[in-house]
Amino acid sequence: MAAATGPVRWHRNLSAKIAAIPMITTALVVFIGGTAWTVLYSFTSSKLLPREKFVGLAQYERLWSSSKWLISIENLAIYGVFSLVFSLLIGFMLAALLDQKIRFEDTFRTILLYPFALSFIVTGLAWQWILNPDFGIQHVVRSLGWESFSFDPLYDPDIVIYGILIAGLWQGTGLIMCLMLAGLRGIDEDIWKAAKIDGIPMWKTYIFIVIPMMRGIFITAIVLIASGIIKVYDLVVAQTGGGPGIASEVPAKYVYDAMFLSQNLGQGFAASTMMLLTVIIIVVPWAYLEFGGKRRG
Amino acid sequence: MGNVTKTAAEIQLAPARQEMTGPRGPKPGRTLSRRNIMIYGTLIVVSLYYLLPLYVMVVTSLKGMPEIRLGNIFSPPVEITFQPWVKAWAEACTGLNCDGLSRGFFNSVRILIPSVVLSIAIASVNGYALANWRFKGSETFFTILIVGAFIPYQVMIYPIVIMLREVGLYGSLTGLVIVHTIFGMPILTLLFRNYFASVPQELFKAARVDGAGFWGIYFQIMVPMSLPIFVVAMILQVTGIWNDFLFGVIYTKPDLYPMTVQLNNIVNSTQGVKEYNVNMAATILTGLVPLTIYFISGKLFVRGIAAGAVKG
Repeated sequence: MAAATGPVRWHRNLSAKIAAIPMITTALVVFIGGTAWTVLYSFTSSKLLPREKFVGLAQYERLWSSSKWLISIENLAIYGVFSLVFSLLIGFMLAALLDQKIRFEDTFRTILLYPFALSFIVTGLAWQWILNPDFGIQHVVRSLGWESFSFDPLYDPDIVIYGILIAGLWQGTGLIMCLMLAGLRGIDEDIWKAAKIDGIPMWKTYIFIVIPMMRGIFITAIVLIASGIIKVYDLVVAQTGGGPGIASEVPAKYVYDAMFLSQNLGQGFAASTMMLLTVIIIVVPWAYLEFGGKRRG
Repeated sequence: MGNVTKTAAEIQLAPARQEMTGPRGPKPGRTLSRRNIMIYGTLIVVSLYYLLPLYVMVVTSLKGMPEIRLGNIFSPPVEITFQPWVKAWAEACTGLNCDGLSRGFFNSVRILIPSVVLSIAIASVNGYALANWRFKGSETFFTILIVGAFIPYQVMIYPIVIMLREVGLYGSLTGLVIVHTIFGMPILTLLFRNYFASVPQELFKAARVDGAGFWGIYFQIMVPMSLPIFVVAMILQVTGIWNDFLFGVIYTKPDLYPMTVQLNNIVNSTQGVKEYNVNMAATILTGLVPLTIYFISGKLFVRGIAAGAVKG
């Protein structure tokens, strides 16, 4: 169904064109238009309402000298690195365990994946309760006799982000496990037989043969985890509200607070543009690796 | 974006392939070998860890406040009470409203149903046009749509606020429904486009020869043939929209807040005495809809999230 050559007949495929109007509008107006608008207005001094008073990079200078933003970035980096490493590690190991022709595989998978069906709000509130120092794990261990036991991530500014990490991993590793399991099931059984005949230990087969063969799945998983990390917002709002103080702030929350709470639109636009930039830095190399050479071919 | 689409198809195929070729890895021994003890032991410990929060939420919600203050969060309730559930559903306060989470629940239902119907209707027709009725530029728009799925929502939030304000829908449920439809479009369109593309072309051509048009083929051939993918799309949208927090808090106003936003406001409100049992009952109530969908749909849910996974 190639496009018409010669004079374009506008009514060709008219129904299809009409049906595609919502998609075209979304793509052009919301995705391209909206993004361009936000980037443009990040160079203005907009406060309560968007204003066309351009101030160059002033918003970005303010942003990068704001301690709240710097903490947000630091938290995102810590959360991001640990979440990426542990999601892949735990996800792969659980998938490998489930792949050992075990009984009750469906039961185990159902249990490991159910947190993914829950919202970040529910996840955050559940873990807020479990990590509550007066009632939760710390209290329970102390009441067992270990009086000096201290495990209080949500009220300790130094480790609060790890408390959020625990909840984030609980919610998200099931999904990575499912992806990895699908990947493992795609590996030809002959590979396993060949490795066994050659006497290669199982762990070596995984690391040197199976994982390299699952490159595509790993890339999908990494892109997936990475874009989830940048968006992390609800979890923090529910679990800590950014506290104690500003110790668990994240960029997505910075954007929301600037736009809708402190009437500082310019800061919100600048911060969201920085988030976009981060995504571009992650996605463009990936897209280049994945589609770069093949696209024209 | 050929590879993205391929990955989605591969992931969806994977469970089916497993059934054909059987499970992998060495066969388990008949007896309790050391290896089996290790595997099952690890899986059971991990499963208990994953179940722990749910267990803690349930037992907390069934205790009275005095018992919570005295006991520990893991102990089962001595005296079971359903009072916290009643209070969470019908009496808990947010702001000036003291009609409990039921308000949020019905708001969420009023958001959910039109959003799911509208987003699936639009995306399925889009996917159909892209798969069978390509026109000049259609692939370009589709590429923009998929690339757009990677843009952080934060970048597009405010322009949408302005657009909705211009047409007088900012703060209304209709506005939120439109937002959900917009942001559900990339993944759903991808899902439907790939599915419709796999329907044999001969069928499509035969229908055209018989004189069926765009809508005729869609309603009489494509939709009846694609019910499974409609179910997958529904699972994806119901869980996604029910669990949404960001759009709810931005595009509606307090009276119309969806359940997740209201839940957060109830639990994290700084006023009054904290009633942990009510909070946990409210939390479970909010999680109940997606959990039910999850347990009923089983393998289809896995297919849905595997397809949604590509969205990122």
